[in-house]
Amino acid sequence: MSAPTNAAAQKIEIRGLSKSFGPKVVLDGLDLDVAVGESVVVIGGSGTGKSVLLKCILGLLTPDSGSIKIDGEEVVGLRGKNRDRVLRKFGMLFQNAALFDSLPVWENVAFGLIQGSGMDLTEAKKVAIEKLASVGMTAEVGELSPAELSGGMRKRVGLARAIATTPEIIFFDEPTTGLDPIMGDVINDLIVKCVQELGASTLSITHDMASARKIAHRIAMLYHGKIIWAGPVADIDRSDNDYVDQFIHGRAEGPIQMQVRAG
Amino acid sequence: MPILQPIGRTFLTFLAAVGRLSLFAANGLAHCIRPPLYLRLIGRQMIDIGYYSLPVVGLTAIFTGMVLALQSYTGFARFAAESAIPNVVVISITRELGPVLAGLMVAGRVGAAMAAEIGTMRVTEQIDALDTLATNPFKYLVAPRLIAGITMMPLLVCIADIIGVFGGYVVSIYKLGFNPAIYLKNTIDFVEFEDVASGLVKAAVFGFLITLMGCYHGYNSKGGAQGVGAATTNAVVSASILILCFNYFITEIFFAV
Repeated sequence: MSAPTNAAAQKIEIRGLSKSFGPKVVLDGLDLDVAVGESVVVIGGSGTGKSVLLKCILGLLTPDSGSIKIDGEEVVGLRGKNRDRVLRKFGMLFQNAALFDSLPVWENVAFGLIQGSGMDLTEAKKVAIEKLASVGMTAEVGELSPAELSGGMRKRVGLARAIATTPEIIFFDEPTTGLDPIMGDVINDLIVKCVQELGASTLSITHDMASARKIAHRIAMLYHGKIIWAGPVADIDRSDNDYVDQFIHGRAEGPIQMQVRAG
Repeated sequence: MPILQPIGRTFLTFLAAVGRLSLFAANGLAHCIRPPLYLRLIGRQMIDIGYYSLPVVGLTAIFTGMVLALQSYTGFARFAAESAIPNVVVISITRELGPVLAGLMVAGRVGAAMAAEIGTMRVTEQIDALDTLATNPFKYLVAPRLIAGITMMPLLVCIADIIGVFGGYVVSIYKLGFNPAIYLKNTIDFVEFEDVASGLVKAAVFGFLITLMGCYHGYNSKGGAQGVGAATTNAVVSASILILCFNYFITEIFFAV
């Protein structure tokens, strides 16, 4: 993916972010920037706090300390209408798509438009069908229930929902996990296409290196609650960092000791 | 003293749980009165709680009325007081058995379903998805259920009262040989506004407790399928216990001597 030209302006600025659950320190003074129009992928092993990082930015978890700025505005501790206003800048593709079982597919895609922007149902359905088409799905799929979809279809619907409100920032939580390699690549292509069309800034978390190489401008590696390496995607193979090397080559031997127990 | 530590810890845990539940209830109620309201969701919940609970509540009420007439007859016949049966049936049904049994039935049917649905939404990140789509989960999930519970339970109990009294009537007329006109006259003359009103107030409170427990345990469930199962059980058990406790206190308020 080609890097954005106006990378100086920061869309997301994270400084000294810390979050613990009891004695377990998950994020430990983490710093990370995402520039306008930039696609940053955070890699790291399971249980290293990648999802916690996204949840802290979205306000689903409250950090113990640190600062998170969106467009220069501090968002830690925002509540009510101010938080809703900031959240309207975001779209998110969840790991398992998190589609609402009680709604048909088109209403899932149009949810942000109907509930967030107050768009009427007929207009919202039209937009939902357009968004479904942009991820390669027909209008008939829009009438199905999420339970009738395969894993790949659910991811595509999740992606359509994430881009439906034309967000400025999109988060992708393990976008290719659980998919076969071909469907994974289809999702990667769709992510690249949608992001380029929207000009959105994106933050993705994954441990699928093929996905990271395809969708990232910049890769950051999270280990023990800190970003231990960050750089352009082209530099990942010459990072001179033993942790990064072990991770991207998927070796059991190296400085990273895998946790056997969660938490 | 080491022996007091577990007692103190349990008491503090209990107080913390009461605090969390109270905050959850206050937050839920605040969203019930603060616009915008999701009318389509409220309507759907009203149909779920009110309409689809009718068969189970109706069956419970009719058999309770029937057995009440039968049991009262076997007892009252010893004192030649059979004529009091219409009064006993109508008082018992409207004041106690209608609201309590309907509450317990709805707790089993609706409370469990709510905890399972919201719990599944929690563990599959659907509640997080609601939040990221700038939709308050309390307004979208909790408030419509609370409103539906509080409004539909009195209607259900009203119907249960009528069906229960009818059950007693059927047994008294066709099995015990009562005169239909006298039975009805005794029932209508004896029942007072306060009897029915207290039952309907109880119903509204029980409706609140059932939906609150279903939402609370579902919303706070964790740990996958096992967590959702535990949330469902806890919702039904806690709602049933609270119904029985609050039944006493509301009775005490209405009929304190």
